[in-house]
Amino acid sequence: MAMTATKPGPAADTAAGTPRRAKNFKSRVLIPYAMLAPGIILFLVFMAAPIVYTLVLSFQKKKVSGLGLGKGSQSQVFAGFENYVNALTDPEFLGSVLRVLLYGLILIPLMLGFALLFALLLDSRRTRAGSFSRTAIFLPYAVPAVISSLLWGFLYLPGVSPFHFLARQFGVALPSLLDPNLVTFAICNIALWGGVGFNMIVMYTSLKAVPSEIYEAAKLDGCSEIQTALRIKIPIIAPSLVMTALFSMIATLQVFAEPTTLRPLANSLSTSWSPLMLVYRDAFTRNDVYSAAATSIVIAAATFIISFLFLRVVQKRAFGQEN
Amino acid sequence: MRKTFRAGAVAMLAAAAMLTAGCSGTSGTGSSGSAGDPDQKVELTYWAWAPNLDKVVEVWNEKNPNIHVTVNKQDGGDPAVTKLLTAVKAGSGAPDLIQAEYQKIPTMVAADALADLSGTEANETESHFPDGVWDSVTLGGDALYAVPQDTGPMVFYYRADIFEKLGLSVPTTWEEYAQAAKAVHAADPEAYLGTFSSNDAGWFTGMAQQAGASWWGVDGDAWSVNIAEDPTQKVAEYWGGLVEEGTIDNKPMYTPEWNTALNTGKQVGWLSAAWGPGVLSGNAGATAGQWKVAPMPQWDASKPSTGNWGGSSTAVTTQSKNADAAAKFATWLNTDPEAVKALVKETGIYPADNEGAKSALTEAPEFFANQPDFYDVVGDAAQNVGSFTYGPNVNVAFNAYNDEFAKAAQAKQKSAFASAVESMQQVTVDDLKQSGFTVK
Repeated sequence: MAMTATKPGPAADTAAGTPRRAKNFKSRVLIPYAMLAPGIILFLVFMAAPIVYTLVLSFQKKKVSGLGLGKGSQSQVFAGFENYVNALTDPEFLGSVLRVLLYGLILIPLMLGFALLFALLLDSRRTRAGSFSRTAIFLPYAVPAVISSLLWGFLYLPGVSPFHFLARQFGVALPSLLDPNLVTFAICNIALWGGVGFNMIVMYTSLKAVPSEIYEAAKLDGCSEIQTALRIKIPIIAPSLVMTALFSMIATLQVFAEPTTLRPLANSLSTSWSPLMLVYRDAFTRNDVYSAAATSIVIAAATFIISFLFLRVVQKRAFGQEN
Repeated sequence: MRKTFRAGAVAMLAAAAMLTAGCSGTSGTGSSGSAGDPDQKVELTYWAWAPNLDKVVEVWNEKNPNIHVTVNKQDGGDPAVTKLLTAVKAGSGAPDLIQAEYQKIPTMVAADALADLSGTEANETESHFPDGVWDSVTLGGDALYAVPQDTGPMVFYYRADIFEKLGLSVPTTWEEYAQAAKAVHAADPEAYLGTFSSNDAGWFTGMAQQAGASWWGVDGDAWSVNIAEDPTQKVAEYWGGLVEEGTIDNKPMYTPEWNTALNTGKQVGWLSAAWGPGVLSGNAGATAGQWKVAPMPQWDASKPSTGNWGGSSTAVTTQSKNADAAAKFATWLNTDPEAVKALVKETGIYPADNEGAKSALTEAPEFFANQPDFYDVVGDAAQNVGSFTYGPNVNVAFNAYNDEFAKAAQAKQKSAFASAVESMQQVTVDDLKQSGFTVK
């Protein structure tokens, strides 16, 4: 069919072919690309170019000769994989990764658990003051992480914290959450406070999309609210659970603002507490942008691999029905 | 369809505008005019962050119609240096003059950002400044990289009312300081004479300097790093001992908790610098009139000395086309009696210029109205600042200080303080070697 339609014969081709082809070119190539151009340009300038530049930098290093003072004593030379080897064998980097893994193990189940609980509660038939509760739970997400860390920092510091003050009135000495063995929980708490609302909204929205006939059928079959939640609602919104889990994992690997803001308040956080803090320190405190670039690439690659594996493992179960 | 296309075109234009904006940062900051001709009008730009500095520069501009200086206000010491290093790397966009903190000078010189002023009239100002300060701008060599502006000679601030109540006399030696700390803490278990702050590397550097340390040194064509040596070890172990005993607090300064403690008399003293009154009046305004200043406690009472915490200088960049005019301005700004007086009045600094400090600082700051001889004490301290050489990787050493001493302060063990010094030395030397510096 298609063959015959595009074969009008040699005579017609010579008569109308050239202008039509030009018109075709314009409508099929020029206009779509012109419309894509803003997106492509923005992507190239603000995503692709920095990534390529980071890659280039990660294979370079600074070379100094002698005292390193004055003209021409410092130059940029090719370093091969040296920065990568250094990053991967750096005990500080390994330590920061382990700390963040522990942080994620504590944070993600708690955050998703609370988010799911709140979403189910808000979605249940007996909810009162639903929209108020929804806003109240979501509101902390609108507070920037630096601000919330400052607020919580004040609440953590025993000398100024109202909690510690009240406890002292009752003769109880609370442990400081900024102590080295508790500080991970202190950071988890800030992230939890800020993150539950966002995840709750995602889950709640997908709960709202569930057709109500399903619930009616379940009710007719004698299903209780709790049974509906466990057997119908949770399996149906599994894809959004996977998505929020993935987002939370990526956010965990990139934790930066909370520990950076809390750090000056106590002795328990180092400047290389999380992988991104290490990158920041190398690039801007130590002026070694080259190893910071290599570490960033390692973190980006690890994030990509972890996300990919996670999706591979859970996708079959979560999206099983759709395929 | 048409509408989408138009929207796309607008977005494209916006993107293009952003791009041009991103690139245009270089124009307009460089200097114009040619060197040599004294009648030629010269335009100079000056990156600085000291408050109200433009008012002092006004005085210069009125007197020198041929050398016009424009102050370009910066966010602070760190961002200004980062910007300057970027401009130097890019080949254009640097100002003629920049306010440079002493510990940043070697880093900037290493990046070839600062011009050598030893051939200009700035070189004649040596007699104006204390030796220790002069060393910081020459790096101990023949070159001159900046003209000193202000310093932070360290002194001891204490709550005179609480000292009186407890019957304590002002400690003149570190031994007496330790005893006073014990007495303060014994009288009130929540009160401390001071705190060991792992956040403030400059503070610790000043105290090591007092003990006679100089962490870097130039030896021919090689750097030496002398952190893990006797003076610094002595200071670290002294503080480690106090923290281990629990007579000195181990929490960082400049936290809400610390501010509260200053206000409520739970921090009874503060080892700080000449600029301390500004911080105290801002953070503990309610305690005005209850503080006094004294010289630093001494290691050897017969040889009084102190360290420097903070302070900055005026440097000329390598991109300046009018280095001579810029040096002339920097010399005037920091040594001319009228300029120094204006600096004190407008920006509230403690001038590095000896004579200027004496003549400009006569009246005690408002917060210390109870102590009319405030500037006599500070002025005497300024004469006793030991010399100290900074190296090209101060940032690395300071960062190591933060991390290593945070661990030590948390551990509250004297031995941990000693090993923190060792780690600082190790990290600093390793970093120099890795970059290819020759290290002795």
